[in-house]
Amino acid sequence: MADELERPGGEPVEPEAEPHLPSPTIWPFAFAGGVALLLVGLIINWILAAIGAVLLLVFGFLWIREATSEVRRPPAAAPPAAAPVSELAVAEEEEEPERYPRSVFLEMSTLGVGALIGGIVTLPALGFMVAPAFVGQEHDEVDLGPLANFPKDQFVITTFNSKKDEGSVGRRTAFIRNNGLKNDVPSFTIISNRCAHLGCPTQPQGLPGKAKDVKGSSGTVTIIPVASVSGFQCPCHGGAYDDEGNRTAGPPVRALDRYEFLVREGNLVLGKPYSVGKVIGKSADAKIEAYRVADPGQHVDGPEQYFYPPKVWIP
Amino acid sequence: MARRRKSKRQQQLQALIMAPLDWLEERSGLVGAVKYFLFRKVPAESNWFHTLGSATLTAFLVQLVTGVILAMYYKPSPEEAYGSIQKITNDLTLGWLVRGTHRWGASVFIILLFLHMGRVFLFGAYKYPRELNWLVGVILLTLALAEGLTGYLLPWDQTAYWATVVAININANAPIVGPFLGDFLRGGAEIGEETLARFYSLHMLVIPGGLIGLITLHLYLVIRLGVTEPPWTKAAAGYEFLDDGRGPVRKGLVEPRPRGNGSIGTPARTESEV
Repeated sequence: MADELERPGGEPVEPEAEPHLPSPTIWPFAFAGGVALLLVGLIINWILAAIGAVLLLVFGFLWIREATSEVRRPPAAAPPAAAPVSELAVAEEEEEPERYPRSVFLEMSTLGVGALIGGIVTLPALGFMVAPAFVGQEHDEVDLGPLANFPKDQFVITTFNSKKDEGSVGRRTAFIRNNGLKNDVPSFTIISNRCAHLGCPTQPQGLPGKAKDVKGSSGTVTIIPVASVSGFQCPCHGGAYDDEGNRTAGPPVRALDRYEFLVREGNLVLGKPYSVGKVIGKSADAKIEAYRVADPGQHVDGPEQYFYPPKVWIP
Repeated sequence: MARRRKSKRQQQLQALIMAPLDWLEERSGLVGAVKYFLFRKVPAESNWFHTLGSATLTAFLVQLVTGVILAMYYKPSPEEAYGSIQKITNDLTLGWLVRGTHRWGASVFIILLFLHMGRVFLFGAYKYPRELNWLVGVILLTLALAEGLTGYLLPWDQTAYWATVVAININANAPIVGPFLGDFLRGGAEIGEETLARFYSLHMLVIPGGLIGLITLHLYLVIRLGVTEPPWTKAAAGYEFLDDGRGPVRKGLVEPRPRGNGSIGTPARTESEV
């Protein structure tokens, strides 16, 4: 065997009889078992998940301990050949205690100034890349036209421009049902067509009538009345909802989103959307468990809601 | 006589070819570097499976070239994207070919990536000292899949639009980071023109840049560490080749052909003194 191996672009490397391989260990398998148990437990049983978490932590610790044992071993076990080197180092230290030459200072200050310039240039650019996505998320009010367009106790597929300046890309659809008056105040059920599973467009199960375009201050609003609606269904993954938007089948994790509304000068005006856990009761008497609007698929109630922190810091 | 004249012409011709190369080599060392890369030693039993990496690289280069050309005609806005794709496919000369190559080449690239990964796994080529190259490869695979995701939206047809809505919402379902990841990918609370522009930038600038950098690192490590023996070779199975003419000898506990110490036993001295 050669005394020294030269590798391109590197320090001479000491020849090794054995490559640096981790010693055989069972811990990764046990660790993986803990991960699997945790994931399965999250779905079927919290106790199982807790056991999985404990196994994961214990065996993860053991694995890390095992893998780093060689690095953590005290250097006392080093062969005596290393002794002269350490003696030399000690001697050198005594000779020149805490020397801080000019070249090191220049080196450090060059690196520091470089990092500063780099940071000044990069950080605002990164901020521009990330920040605009999170600010200005407020919703425009949408004028949907006169109340007369929404017959009592019948769903109407209403398509409108959700953003004034976005054109056809900003077209959104809601299912609107006029519930008549409740305590002399108009009541509407306004359900977003966005599926609460992964955001595909749900469709009402009923007989659609003739489409009508209504021009208003918020652009063109398309209105299609639907007769005898029995719930809503999603074409993508088979999510199904009842007339109030409660999930009846399929993968959705909550009810369909709804919109706030107000009546202004005899016109129905759409407000902010909000997410719904579930709806108890029907039409005008419905009790709605309302939450801040969340992306499709995110839980708004139950223990899973803590996986999805609210974006409260967004102005 | 005629023979010598021909030889002279050959010499002139050779000098003509070599002169610019020599000029380049003297000033850059590039010719030597390319020679080192092309004529480096590889195991004698290298075979066709070892070409999967180069095949993947070729697929990537095809994507790079066709993508750059497509970007000359594509318009990344919701109003124009679908129309510009229709124009590339149906109206522009040979546009159907370049777009088709880019579209199907994307699948070829991903399939070759997985085959290459399978080869590396089955040959044990991820083991010491090549672990880092495996890690780089895994990042390359992730970036390639991200290319697939971002590129899928660009035609802005129904499939592209709704597949991206679903894909972004799946990302938005990740615990803790999901809501922020979703907004970042959409460029806001709702999918729209910001999303398309963002995906276009990621697809043709950010991710390819990362891919090119990491492929360079990947190749550097391949050249530095060398190509692995196939697992069925004697060398890969831990045999040593000795000069005593007995052929390959297995190291370790099992020694089918025991070596002994090579000399006859004698009471006069021990083997260590030999």
